[in-house]
Amino acid sequence: MHAVLGDFVVDCVQNSIEAGAKLIKVDVRQEGERIKISIEDDGCGMSRDEQERALDPFFTNGKKHIHRRVGLGLPFLKQAVDLAGGEFSLVSEKGRGTVLSFGFDLGGMDSPPQGRLAEAFLQALLFGGEHELTIHRRLCRGGREDEYRISRGELREALGDLDRAESLKLAGEFLANQEDSLEA
Amino acid sequence: MAKMTLEDLRKLRETKKSDLERRSLEGKDIEIIIGMGTCGIAAGAKVSLEAFLSAIDAAGLKNVTVKQTGCMGLCYVEPTAEIRVPGMPDTIYGKVDADTAREIVETHLVKKKLVENHIFDRPAADVIRN
Repeated sequence: MHAVLGDFVVDCVQNSIEAGAKLIKVDVRQEGERIKISIEDDGCGMSRDEQERALDPFFTNGKKHIHRRVGLGLPFLKQAVDLAGGEFSLVSEKGRGTVLSFGFDLGGMDSPPQGRLAEAFLQALLFGGEHELTIHRRLCRGGREDEYRISRGELREALGDLDRAESLKLAGEFLANQEDSLEA
Repeated sequence: MAKMTLEDLRKLRETKKSDLERRSLEGKDIEIIIGMGTCGIAAGAKVSLEAFLSAIDAAGLKNVTVKQTGCMGLCYVEPTAEIRVPGMPDTIYGKVDADTAREIVETHLVKKKLVENHIFDRPAADVIRN
């Protein structure tokens, strides 16, 4: 269902926000063809039973769309990982938060394409609320690691409200610049 | 490519801010709400978002907020965008590709006229918050 890896990231960030997280940490580390992504939050967390049900496409808590009987976000991610032979880990504790990690071989023919991560990060920043979102992006090549870190708070401090069109455009340019400088 | 710092970003914002001060839209907020659920993204909502931001920037509009929402129940005409302009009816546009996004900015936001052939219904009941 999701076209690129960034779509999964956005989906997971939205889950964290809906779980009432105050702090969401997105970590994207790429080494050669391997990419590993983790989304950690301090939201409401899940019991072991809820974690199992979260991977069932025919389960939803019914809060987001009250008439729907399916919840496809995590099940589709797990399916994509299984199809591509990637890694998947869901660690959660009720009342403390959740750490979701997944990884793919970008060269694998069944792996979703990476897409433009700057776009995904911008979309993740578009969600309203008072939560903090930090992004840590790392690219390792030839024994060298380049990285950048940015937080929603820093961008809001520099640009003002991020839902203003002019702020959003500058934030998009900034993120694209950070990605380009990694790849340069 | 030179890596931009937060300080560079602040300076850029100050430059843009003074440019934008030249033009005001009655001091009232215009809202653009883009459907960015899976269906919207599959139909190209990310491209539409970029086109909206560029067109708003090119038109020199201020007081425009851009938000995202999930599926509006109009998957068959994604990408969708709801436009709220003070003094005009709230309007949901469908099939909003990059060209249509630019047209919406030029016609609806600036000239205060509706864009024909892209107006669709209100959101489905299951996505309206109580």
